[in-house]
Amino acid sequence: MNAPVHGSTAFDRPAHVGRGMSRPNAKRLLAGKGNYVTDLALPRMLHAAFVRSPHAHARIGAIDVEAARAAPGVRLVATGEDIAKLCTPWTGTLDHFKGMKSAPQLPLPVDKVVWSGQAVVAVVADSRAEAEDAAELVMIDYEELPVLADLDTALAPDAPKVTEDFADNLCFRSALDSGGVDAVFASAAHVVEADFLFGRHTGVPLEPRAIIADYDASEHRLTVHHATQTPFQFQDLYSRHYGIPEARVRVVAPDVGGSFGVKLHVYNEDMAVVGLSILCRRPVKFVADRLEAFVSDIHARDHRVHARAAVAADGTLLAMDVEDETGIGAFSTYPRTSVVEGNQVIRLIGAPYRLEGYRAGLKVVFQNKVQTSQYRAVGHPIACAVTEHLVDEAARVTGLDPLEIRAKNVIPDTAYPCASLSGYKFEKLSHEACLTKLRALMDYERLRTEQAELRARGILRGIGIATFVEITNPTPAFYGIGGARISAQDGAVLAVTPSGEVRCQISVTEQGQGTETIVGQVIADHLGVPRDIIRVMTGDTAVTPHGGATWACRGAGIGGETALQAARKLKTNVLSLAAGILQAKPADLDLVNAEVVDRDGTVRMSLAEVARIAYFRSDTLPDGAEAQLTVAHHFAPKGYPFAFTNGIHGCHVEVDAETGLVKILKHFVVEDCGRIINPLLVEEQVRGGVVQGLGAAFFEECLYDQGGQLTNGSLADYLVPMSCEMPDILIDHVETPTLDTELGAKGCGEAGTAAASAAALNAVNDALGPLGARLTQVPMTPARILKALGRF
Amino acid sequence: MEEARAAFLAVDGDASYISGGQSLVPALAMRLQAPAVLVDLSGIADLRGVELQGETLRIGALTRHADALTHPLIARHAPLLNAAAPFVAHPAIRNRGTLGGSVSLADPASEFPAMMLAMGAQMEIFGEDGFRRVPADDYFIDLYQTALEPGDILTALYVPSVGPHHRWAFDELARRRGDYAMVGAGILAHMDGALVESARIALFSVGSTPVRAPGAEAALAGRLLDAKTIADAQRALDDDLDPPDDEHIPAAMRRHLARVLLGRLLQRLGETP
Ligand SMILES: Cc1cc2nc3c(=O)[nH]c(=O)nc-3n(C[C@H](O)[C@H](O)[C@H](O)COP(=O)(O)OP(=O)(O)OC[C@H]3O[C@@H](n4cnc5c(N)ncnc54)[C@H](O)[C@@H]3O)c2cc1C
Repeated sequence: MNAPVHGSTAFDRPAHVGRGMSRPNAKRLLAGKGNYVTDLALPRMLHAAFVRSPHAHARIGAIDVEAARAAPGVRLVATGEDIAKLCTPWTGTLDHFKGMKSAPQLPLPVDKVVWSGQAVVAVVADSRAEAEDAAELVMIDYEELPVLADLDTALAPDAPKVTEDFADNLCFRSALDSGGVDAVFASAAHVVEADFLFGRHTGVPLEPRAIIADYDASEHRLTVHHATQTPFQFQDLYSRHYGIPEARVRVVAPDVGGSFGVKLHVYNEDMAVVGLSILCRRPVKFVADRLEAFVSDIHARDHRVHARAAVAADGTLLAMDVEDETGIGAFSTYPRTSVVEGNQVIRLIGAPYRLEGYRAGLKVVFQNKVQTSQYRAVGHPIACAVTEHLVDEAARVTGLDPLEIRAKNVIPDTAYPCASLSGYKFEKLSHEACLTKLRALMDYERLRTEQAELRARGILRGIGIATFVEITNPTPAFYGIGGARISAQDGAVLAVTPSGEVRCQISVTEQGQGTETIVGQVIADHLGVPRDIIRVMTGDTAVTPHGGATWACRGAGIGGETALQAARKLKTNVLSLAAGILQAKPADLDLVNAEVVDRDGTVRMSLAEVARIAYFRSDTLPDGAEAQLTVAHHFAPKGYPFAFTNGIHGCHVEVDAETGLVKILKHFVVEDCGRIINPLLVEEQVRGGVVQGLGAAFFEECLYDQGGQLTNGSLADYLVPMSCEMPDILIDHVETPTLDTELGAKGCGEAGTAAASAAALNAVNDALGPLGARLTQVPMTPARILKALGRF
Repeated sequence: MEEARAAFLAVDGDASYISGGQSLVPALAMRLQAPAVLVDLSGIADLRGVELQGETLRIGALTRHADALTHPLIARHAPLLNAAAPFVAHPAIRNRGTLGGSVSLADPASEFPAMMLAMGAQMEIFGEDGFRRVPADDYFIDLYQTALEPGDILTALYVPSVGPHHRWAFDELARRRGDYAMVGAGILAHMDGALVESARIALFSVGSTPVRAPGAEAALAGRLLDAKTIADAQRALDDDLDPPDDEHIPAAMRRHLARVLLGRLLQRLGETP
């Protein structure tokens, strides 16, 4: 971990990269000094509340807003028509998903509602309470339409359509076929198969969505304070949909209280709030309360998969054949669509393994529900659970141990570079090394012995293993080629200040994951200064260059590399200026610990002195000396379209077969995210991710009734994992840096979520196997476990 | 109390008493209730305090959930409350929520109201005709409906003190610690060695009110607490219950869980010396 960063100069002594340094912003947040949009109050600010549809599908009739307009404190009541005059519609399709369709959307609907909870009318008042009171007075006539609340209803040949002009309810179809799959299945010794169900769930960040739009008519200027992952994307969207020149739109994302993918999509309310501010000529604030979050934040998952695998008599995996059907909302989400998850499911299934044949089909289906889209580990948990359950089944029918069958079938660490049959190109993965480490980390043999002993006493313990591949560091191959104005590059402006401190303004953003910390660590090493004189600024389109910010897994890999190269550039400038001042050659100098030193380490002058001269005494500089102590640098990943990472999870559970309750005893992860910049942050990313994965495995599910009503949309009924139920999570690492960048970092933010639910599913099945029960649905609720056991 | 009642009754429209606010405030936040006036009971000294009056423990309505966890008189004389308290919500809520508030609300999934049944407690109510006491068996009427009339104040809970021959057990099955349970139960039994002289069993999360289990109680009375007796009680429990059938926890599952839980509690009762 402390090995020098490759490509570094002889002078570099990496002191920060690889060290578990604490986050400079952690104390501030802990002290309650966080500056969230929710906390922000602007002068003359108004508050918006929304009247939401009680129906999942209905035509909007007459809207009576008179009583609401007359209510105390109300400044504006706006309908879909009012805002449609200001904002152009959007459509959530991308060109590289051939044949996909989705209807255009407006901030507030003008003709019909397509999910229960959809915002229909906005009320703006002096306080949120007054806005909510008035919202109750708005009367809307609805003519109810047939509701598509599940896949089968939506896929039926005579199904009513979510969008009348469409021939069917299919948003997108896709298929992959390596060829020869039927022949492999026909001659295989074993075929294992299963039908899987993956519940819909949602992100539940601690801070819900929050936005303040502040339109200044005098300058035709818009400032939006927005709890978002992607300020530049929103700058672009507000500019284009409201016709305000880009340079006059500023999006500020101050502290953001978690996002997990929830906060990078266009939401109707958020777009509406911009229009409300334009109409009111005053700042307008909207913070989704938790009940609103459940019916308007994106949901994710909701897949039904039929999958089978062909297996040789000796346990060699031969081929897989899968059909994935996924129910999205009535629209595909803008601008990232709702088909990426399904697309990743069918491309990631089987990815850790050598296969001879692979075939997959995907159907992305409209329904009258909240839109689904990208949430942490997009598609990965589904692909992983399908694959790993089939691998366990293959182990069972061939009598192999679960670790053994994986060791036998993973792509060997020596086989790289190579590609999956679904088309993913792998630079270098480390499945074998991870597997070996996991065996030791879990003390696997001891757990198996203990399991057998306890089983004899009627205690059901299970051990589950899941190998995964994770997509990180996406290039424009992800969205750019599809026509989306979503940047895959990032930019930084790095400067030495007059006092010799360092300021970095970088386009990657901070959601609590520690981006600013690692950027500082990278700069500290590659510029040659202590971490604590570096101030990293993020999250404001008026402050930093344009960049992708936070999505997929890219902060460390792309943001880190941007910072590295910017630091390099600035260092060259500092040393060339110092060389001018000192009448030395730049190549004979280095910057170490904020001091310019000789080759032998003798201090020649401080960085502060270089800065003082540059800023205040340029008259003393020799001719030709350039005092360029501010540099800008952009970096876009090149080479492999994605930097794939990998790892393996182990889950240890005890199942109470009488109550259906599962105690998660311990969870283990070995992951390989390339160069580890900060092990503390990597491990906390993995732990947080595991908890979300275990949430999917045991607790989290958005439940709908046949009328399309969400029946558990509160934190009392939608169960998020809590600390009492969460096990200790042990983590170990393998480090395989990518050679596509100098830093060598890949992503780790989704590694925990990708495989935790699969490992848990396998663990529960391992425990229940002797009782003849088998689960292929998550979450594994007590009801489902007891049902599988035939207990009621 | 007079003043609070007068304030409550004077309101034109909806009024609501507020004690700890741990159920009421969430309901207000979700706009499920919108009373015009809140009458705060927390300043009434007579609603506070825990004291032993002969063989009965008087627990003032404003006694916090947290006190059920720590108060020595409650631990000694009303141990079922003490046993239930760790399962009620989380420390922050227990620090504010009151026993009186919980029993007034009478959520069928709540621990404390059901324990009133198991302990055979009496609710003291201040109403139109002054004070009256209502036994737990008559207090819970239907979903969120109790013997409290509009304007009535629940003032205290009177719990018969446990004696040397009492044994008790409490547990619940919940998906997460601190959640409302899928099924929960408390048992207070009068025993002579392994012989059950009488037992009171109360379950929660199995119907529209906390529920006593007379069939299971009868199956235990006068019997040695052995495997056969436990199995008989479990079987008898089926007729005591009429659980709601919801999609997520079907009625049959609640019956099953109630059986399992009763079995485990009785097992435990037999094991405690
Ligand atoms: C996150 C969370 C988790 C929870 N988990 C649990 C749990 O696991 N188990 C559980 O049992 N409870 C749980 N609760 C509810 C909690 O126990 C409440 O505190 C309790 O039910 C009500 O007591 P209170 O003093 O807060 O009453 P309030 O909220 O103040 O009042 C509740 C109702 O009772 C009425 N009322 C209050 N006091 C009196 C009185 N003296 N006379 C007449 N009427 C009165 C009020 O008018 C109101 O209608 C939870 C609450 C929260 C927020």
